[in-house]
Amino acid sequence: MTDPVITAKNLDLTFETNDGPVHALKDVSLDINKGEFVSFIGPSGCGKTTFLRCIAGLEQPTAGEISVNGMTPDEARRARAYGYVFQAAGLYPWRTIGRNVKLPLEIMGFSKAEQNERTRRVLELVDLAGFEKKFPWQLSGGMQQRASIARALAFDADILLMDEPFGALDEIVRDHLNEQLLKLWARTEKTIGFVTHSIPEAVYLSTKIVVMSPRPGRISDVIDSPLPRERPLDIRDSAEFIEIAHRVRDGLRAGHIDD
Amino acid sequence: MRTAFVTGCARGILMTRLNAIIPALTVVAVIVAFWTLCVIPMNAHLTADQAQRDGMVLTPEAPRDRQELSGLSLALKNPAIIPLTYVQTRPRLPSPHQVVQELYDTVIDKKITSKRSLVYHGWVTLSATLLGFVMGTTLGIMLAVGIVYSRTMDKSVMPWAITSQTIPILALAPMIIVMLGAIGIQGLFPKSIISAYLSFFPVVVGMVKGLRSPDAMQLDLLRTYGTNSNQGFWKLRLPSSIPYLFASLKIGISASLVGAIVGELPTGARAGFGARMLVGDQYGQPMVTWAALFAAAITAAMLVAILSVIERQTLRRMGMGAA
Ligand SMILES: Nc1ncnc2c1ncn2[C@@H]1O[C@H](COP(=O)(O)OP(=O)(O)OP(=O)(O)O)[C@@H](O)[C@H]1O
Ligand SMILES: [Mg+2]
Repeated sequence: MTDPVITAKNLDLTFETNDGPVHALKDVSLDINKGEFVSFIGPSGCGKTTFLRCIAGLEQPTAGEISVNGMTPDEARRARAYGYVFQAAGLYPWRTIGRNVKLPLEIMGFSKAEQNERTRRVLELVDLAGFEKKFPWQLSGGMQQRASIARALAFDADILLMDEPFGALDEIVRDHLNEQLLKLWARTEKTIGFVTHSIPEAVYLSTKIVVMSPRPGRISDVIDSPLPRERPLDIRDSAEFIEIAHRVRDGLRAGHIDD
Repeated sequence: MRTAFVTGCARGILMTRLNAIIPALTVVAVIVAFWTLCVIPMNAHLTADQAQRDGMVLTPEAPRDRQELSGLSLALKNPAIIPLTYVQTRPRLPSPHQVVQELYDTVIDKKITSKRSLVYHGWVTLSATLLGFVMGTTLGIMLAVGIVYSRTMDKSVMPWAITSQTIPILALAPMIIVMLGAIGIQGLFPKSIISAYLSFFPVVVGMVKGLRSPDAMQLDLLRTYGTNSNQGFWKLRLPSSIPYLFASLKIGISASLVGAIVGELPTGARAGFGARMLVGDQYGQPMVTWAALFAAAITAAMLVAILSVIERQTLRRMGMGAA
């Protein structure tokens, strides 16, 4: 096994709110190796987003250690180590889809030609070729979310952090994007952290499934998937797949019974 | 590109007119009707005095007795004077058609080089307005950027900006004009200072709000790119603030015009809308005052309309015009 690119050790995070402290993460330890596809699944409010934000250096844990590529998350963020897809698309309304995708490229100083080339390529990847000149409000919610994925892919970071990127999409588009994402992952060997509410999606995509439970948010199960890296869509009907899905469901139930 | 912009403007104005024409005309009609009615009681006494000198028989006969009556009852007792209230040369309240006549004479008939042309006076006030507006807007934007990016400025500048607007401009304007006059600065510039003084404030308030309008996710997105604050300003904060800026500019330009006019009052300036208002007052020519008043109001409306068109064009080009 290679060295882990992301390690979290005994992570704790408490938000101080007006209604008193909210214990969002408790004693979270996890290693993510290079090239892994890790899904985070768990009920609403169990700290999935918070954990992803800790990895991204957008949130400071109150205790514990976390490192990304051997650096602190803050350093990794400044080194542009990852692309982040937020729970909502968050496109800038005054920029066309093409210029939204170019935003990180402009900031990182890519040449004009390179910007155009990359924008064309990633928009094609998310099936939005031809929508470059449209403004966000002219696109459906799902298309906007795909544009935000294209934006995160555009600068080719080694790590991709995605917070429920496909939550707003219909089943067919979701299947298609899942397939595309797997292909992209296989081809580029990116390390992916992926938050989802869907058990089939988590099992289909991941090499590692992290089941979380709420109040306080913690990891209740980590499942290393025995599925091969090469996964046609119909693998979802195999006995192996169903067995893993069962284990995830059991993990989620256990978290609920705890309450 | 330019022609496209110009035709776009023309279409914009046309659209505005079509959509706004009915309610706006209704309001104007109501105001003009009310005004027309008010002319009768307002001018009744001086009309009666004049009519009596011209040999008309009035009830009551004695001028002193007439003073006891209200304008309205005087007019009702002497219906014959009613038409005359509309054609006085020095009325207390000029009738609408007299003001329109005066506007026509001084805006269209007079050569614009004439000292009686309202176009000439308008340009004197407008140039001070525009210079002051540019100065005020520039200052306002700079202060807003400072306030948003520096905690110290946020704490120190904002209270002073608010305080500055609580000082009555009528008290301040003469001081500014006289002090600048004492060091040899006269004409356009002192008036512009007053315009700038009035117009920077809405720009500060609007721009601070606008520059702070990006939500947490939009800001976090830039953080994930390791963006520095300079890039954050140009790529996110400034574009987010544009709709707020235009709202402020529209308030600011009207305030600038008021400032320029107020700046013309205290020193008895010889040119400008303010000067015309004073002249009309001092020489008993109410039509001159009223024409200047209306010309100023029309100028303000046109300035705001021009800004609205630019606003619509800009927001449309930024993809925010559809909403
Ligand atoms: N900035 C914040 N301030 C205060 N409390 C917060 C903040 N962010 C999150 N929380 C709280 O922390 C807990 C975990 O939130 P988080 O957003 O990580 O949940 P989640 O697992 O992503 O939920 P969902 O599936 O609904 O997105 C919640 O109880 C939430 O209310
Ligand atoms: Mg979440």
